[in-house]
Amino acid sequence: MHFSIQNLLFLLVAIAGFGLFVWQARKVRANILVGRDRDMSGNVSERLNKTLLVAFGQQKMFKRITPALLHMVVYVGFLVINIEVIEIMIDGIFGTHRALSFLGPVYDVLMATNEILGALVIIAVAAFWWRRNSKPPVKRFTGPELRAWPKLDANVILYIEVILMAALFTMNTADLKLHQLEGVDLPGTFPISSLLTGLFPDSVTALHALERVGWWAHIVGILCFLNYLPSSKHFHIILAFPNVWYSRLVPQGQFSNVDSITHEVKAMMDPTYVVPAPATNPDGSAMAPTPFGAKDVDDLAWTNLLNAYSCTECGRCTSVCPANLTGKLLSPRKIIMDTRDRVEEKYNSPLIFQPNLYGAEAKHAEQEVLDKENHTLLRGYVTPEELWACTTCNACVEACPVNINPLESIIEMRRFLVLEESAAPNSLNVMFSNIENNGAPWAFSPSDRFNWADDLYVTEKETGVRS
Amino acid sequence: MAEQLAKRPINVPLMSNLAAAGEEPEILFWVGCAGAFDDRYKRVTRAFVQILEHVGVKYAVLGMEETCTGDPAKRAGNEFLFQMQAMQNITTFEGYGIKKIVTACPHCFNTIKNEYPALGGNYEVIHHSTFLQQLINEGRVGVSGGGEFKGQRITFHDSCYLGRSNNIYEAPRDVLATLDADLVEMKRSKANGLCCGAGGAQMWKEPEPGKKDINVERTEEALATLDGNAAALANLNGVESGNAGATPSARTDQRGIIAVSCPFCMTMMSDGVKNKERESSVQVFDIAELIATAEGLNA
Repeated sequence: MHFSIQNLLFLLVAIAGFGLFVWQARKVRANILVGRDRDMSGNVSERLNKTLLVAFGQQKMFKRITPALLHMVVYVGFLVINIEVIEIMIDGIFGTHRALSFLGPVYDVLMATNEILGALVIIAVAAFWWRRNSKPPVKRFTGPELRAWPKLDANVILYIEVILMAALFTMNTADLKLHQLEGVDLPGTFPISSLLTGLFPDSVTALHALERVGWWAHIVGILCFLNYLPSSKHFHIILAFPNVWYSRLVPQGQFSNVDSITHEVKAMMDPTYVVPAPATNPDGSAMAPTPFGAKDVDDLAWTNLLNAYSCTECGRCTSVCPANLTGKLLSPRKIIMDTRDRVEEKYNSPLIFQPNLYGAEAKHAEQEVLDKENHTLLRGYVTPEELWACTTCNACVEACPVNINPLESIIEMRRFLVLEESAAPNSLNVMFSNIENNGAPWAFSPSDRFNWADDLYVTEKETGVRS
Repeated sequence: MAEQLAKRPINVPLMSNLAAAGEEPEILFWVGCAGAFDDRYKRVTRAFVQILEHVGVKYAVLGMEETCTGDPAKRAGNEFLFQMQAMQNITTFEGYGIKKIVTACPHCFNTIKNEYPALGGNYEVIHHSTFLQQLINEGRVGVSGGGEFKGQRITFHDSCYLGRSNNIYEAPRDVLATLDADLVEMKRSKANGLCCGAGGAQMWKEPEPGKKDINVERTEEALATLDGNAAALANLNGVESGNAGATPSARTDQRGIIAVSCPFCMTMMSDGVKNKERESSVQVFDIAELIATAEGLNA
């Protein structure tokens, strides 16, 4: 153990890196909490079970086997290689060299696993890159919402992952060769690096420098990556877990009931019903009434905003959306991406902020109602045309590997359009008035409701009657 | 010495009459607006009543006391209208002391089962596919061996509000299994099923601008599956390799049945078959109709 200026430098870099991340994470947390309250407590065992299966176990990824296996490699690589990061941290702070080598055979297995996973990660990342950048790419990696920044972001993540792996192999290979030249055994087993030693120079000085470059590049790379996350779709590697934890546990077909409306309806039907007093501010003054449904991000529940930060823009939702498949403007992924863009525009922005702003080039330009003055989630980002195309079929909800629910946000915005703006398509207004007047969504007379039973019979064998 | 077939007239029992007589039905059959007004789906309502009569379940209907559950209003964002409808229906249910409701409409089923409890309406709600499955398991129907449907090629189209919404995938398939038919699955089935295009109040409006109508996309898949047309299946937009499902063997007779368990799916798939000009060879039936016909109840 030889404490040096390098250790002090490392300590400063690490503190700065983690400090910056905590600062950013707090801003993200504040953004999520601008959403409306929703009690998601309780059901601990069910939530734990879901988190283990869906988040840790990646259960829903395996609906599509190829990307599931590729993703599993990168995911396991991320988990296991991070054990080596612990060692790097210890070495960096205390000036030790391979502090975990006292583990002996366990260390051998750990290092060998890391190296094999590292190599597999590079292969998987190459496959991911190809799926996104070949001509044509996998269809769900296209679409109007995957504009310049989301596309670049997806590639940047892949490049960083390759750089991190390259740094790891550089460090290990140089270290291995140094020890070979010195005739000393390096603790650990390095199946990949031992194949690469021939490519490295024979100079001890150069090897030593390469080992340090690899070491620093890996740890600084990780700290940079960590601080890139809040600007990136890659934030899902952290937020997927709480997002799955806070999943809705009710049947997918069950939509929320609006409580304030329940009070109104009960009061209408029963004059003796006492509507609970509206919530007040801590000083006793009346709170501003909340609108029905959602016009902007702060009208959505905080879980909907957590959804937006957990999205990795994989597009499985959009690829199974019946409206999108048949050429409608609706894309569930766009709703989720727009939500994150809007909350970052209105509240705390991340370090890199490139929101998708849709302008005149949008597909159905004449249908777009992009209201720049009233620049809210609804109309500023999401158009009524998109919302009205939804069949509420839950395919997007079912498809999401991390249990994001685009349908909830769509319904909240529909509620705002209908209840606050009376802006439903005319045919739906006709349907509403039919229900009000006839008790059926069609213009039939309620008195004809039982006509189906006229002249009805059942054909049965007449037992006991012989011809 | 053959047994004679006889048509027995049905006087559908009204809940109000039962209550006046101090009687309680085993189930309330919730007909739904489509079941009461849509000419095509009225036949499903009648088929289901024939089954109820045949097995001797003590049932009743609300008749003119029934009103929309509020489902289309809720999906379209009109929460106020939904809750007005819901409260009205809950008042009716409570007035009669209803405990168990059976309906042939997945939308009514989902709404009453999942969304009424928060408004004070708690009932055992059963979709007719599950109810028929229970009758089959008890040996009370499904004993015909399939009748005219035996050996016919049938594909089942999952309703979103039965399937993904409430995880009921096997009940309608179990019902169809009693027909001894050649059941084939579409690639997009069960949890991966493709919507017919009518949910979310789409039934009452024109679709937004696009390349194709959803029901046409779904009908093309159903027809290609019935025909065993691998090339047509491969051409469909959203069928990715990950959605496993074997292509059924190709056939030359190209006749078949699309089975549904939802009034809106019925409309959309029937319109799709017309759009593809296949009415002469492909028919759309609700599972209750298939059972009633197989058992000879509407002969």
